[in-house]
Amino acid sequence: MAGVKSQDDRSYEMGLHTEQLAGRTQQIFFRPEEEERFLYPWAPDVDYNRRTEIDADTMTSTEVNAKLRALMNEGYGSIVVRNPRGKHSLGVGILNRLNLIFEGSLGYFAVGLIDGPNVRIHGRVGWSCGENMMAGTILIEKNAGSTFGAAMRGGDLVCRGSVGSRTGIDMKGGTIIVGGDTGAFSGFMMQRGRMVVCGNAGKNLGDSMYDGTIYVGGEIRDLGVDAVPAELTDLDRAWLTRKLTQYELLPTRGVDHFTKIVAGKQLWNYDNLEPTEKKLIL
Amino acid sequence: MCGIAGVIHRGSVSGVGAEMTSMLKALKHRGPDSTGFALYGTPVEGDCVMRFKVAEQEDMGSGFDIHARIRDRVEEVDRRLAELGVAVKDRAASTEYAMRYVISYDGDLEHLARYVEDVEGAEILSLGSALELVKDLGDAAVVSGQYELGAMRGTHGIGHTRMATESDVDIRSAHPYWAFPYNDIAVVHNGQLTNYWLKRREMERRGHRFMSDCDSELLAVYTAHHLAHGITLEESLERSIREIDGVFTYLVATRDQLGMAKDTMAAKPLVLYESDDLIALASEEVAIRAILPDEIDTSDPYDEETRVWQA
Repeated sequence: MAGVKSQDDRSYEMGLHTEQLAGRTQQIFFRPEEEERFLYPWAPDVDYNRRTEIDADTMTSTEVNAKLRALMNEGYGSIVVRNPRGKHSLGVGILNRLNLIFEGSLGYFAVGLIDGPNVRIHGRVGWSCGENMMAGTILIEKNAGSTFGAAMRGGDLVCRGSVGSRTGIDMKGGTIIVGGDTGAFSGFMMQRGRMVVCGNAGKNLGDSMYDGTIYVGGEIRDLGVDAVPAELTDLDRAWLTRKLTQYELLPTRGVDHFTKIVAGKQLWNYDNLEPTEKKLIL
Repeated sequence: MCGIAGVIHRGSVSGVGAEMTSMLKALKHRGPDSTGFALYGTPVEGDCVMRFKVAEQEDMGSGFDIHARIRDRVEEVDRRLAELGVAVKDRAASTEYAMRYVISYDGDLEHLARYVEDVEGAEILSLGSALELVKDLGDAAVVSGQYELGAMRGTHGIGHTRMATESDVDIRSAHPYWAFPYNDIAVVHNGQLTNYWLKRREMERRGHRFMSDCDSELLAVYTAHHLAHGITLEESLERSIREIDGVFTYLVATRDQLGMAKDTMAAKPLVLYESDDLIALASEEVAIRAILPDEIDTSDPYDEETRVWQA
């Protein structure tokens, strides 16, 4: 019947549509030219060859963070923080190029909200390390607490040891790599990005994930709602091999044993329309 | 948000009073309302340490005759102990309202406890041969100094800094909870128990008493009930994961054990350091660093994980 519009067409014209998320992760996940070259206008011009040290033993978290900013404004591009002693919120909000090295363990919210620095932590971190990070690299030599990389947008967040629960909850981009195990609810409501767990994963892996990909090298206790296994492609193998080699975490037996988990996209939120919107056109 | 901490030395005695004070000072930001310690010294056979209070700290500002009333209450406790034939070997008052008695008594400790608590304002904080339970309003430095805990030596201890969410800011609602009327059992908890009233009524029907409306007290009574019925601490911790609803991480200490349990959601933090001779646990790494400043390996116990360590 010519001239009769389908329900889909009518709802589209009314603006009652949402874009499909399927497949987008794979296509535009990495844009190194954007991440590497972007600088904020106010970002200090630092020189990686200028190196200095801070002893944080008797300093508060606020004092350490203020000192880091002062040193960056002086042009230091490589800063070593000694004796962090598990203090919270160290290194947060650095929106700048920087080589930042912590000689010890950090507490909660370590290096969150960063956009650009390369951070190495010779110790462990507490809850919410790398939360909301936008770009840069964080490499942790020991274990990490829960909500590792929560809501992160970009960059690489790597833990050589094991991490707690809810790893990558609400993550919207970037890469999380865990050398050991991860706890329950990892990848909960994950929206984009990739998570690699070389060891085992706890219960409810990928629960209610919208998109993104989780790779697990060990056992998966169970999958969450709408998280489904998918075929490991050559593209996945190549990417896993490259990424794990980069951080010296590539298993000796390679990556063929990894299980790939994606969103099944059968939940109500994958309808084009909200329930209230449906009433308008039915 | 509360802070919990525990430390146990395997096969040795150490300055657990100073250690727990340092750990809880580092956790002050997780809750400044009250601080509590359950420290385990070397038991003296035949003797019991009874710590009790006869008023709340806030009572001290109410009424011109409060000091006289407190004296009367203490005298009444003394009279009742004498009536029961309890030999009081040592009396000490850490504060005007908090007492520490070393007693010798061969009779029924539950009857003793109930008789003492029948005195107006009286609450036994702990009764046991190894346990010294101290809790009061204020941060760790204040409470530790007030009760002179810094010099206390022992094998293990647990502690708590409280941010009140479920009940009042008073000593009655502060942790640790002694598991009335059982010797030497104490519990600290971080979280919220959502089937508290259901389980409390179940325990009350079995004859247990609750002194506060704080949900954490349930864990002490629940654990004590199990231990009194021959269930091991390991089994009790595992059962609690299945039977107690809510988000919680808690530590239990007995005369010679320290245990931990983390709920099925793993929503409350715990960091664990484990070596051959020392176990330290705390809500945050910063508390463990307070007693182990050198670089160490720590990890987070996972959901539904329970552990028990022997002193």
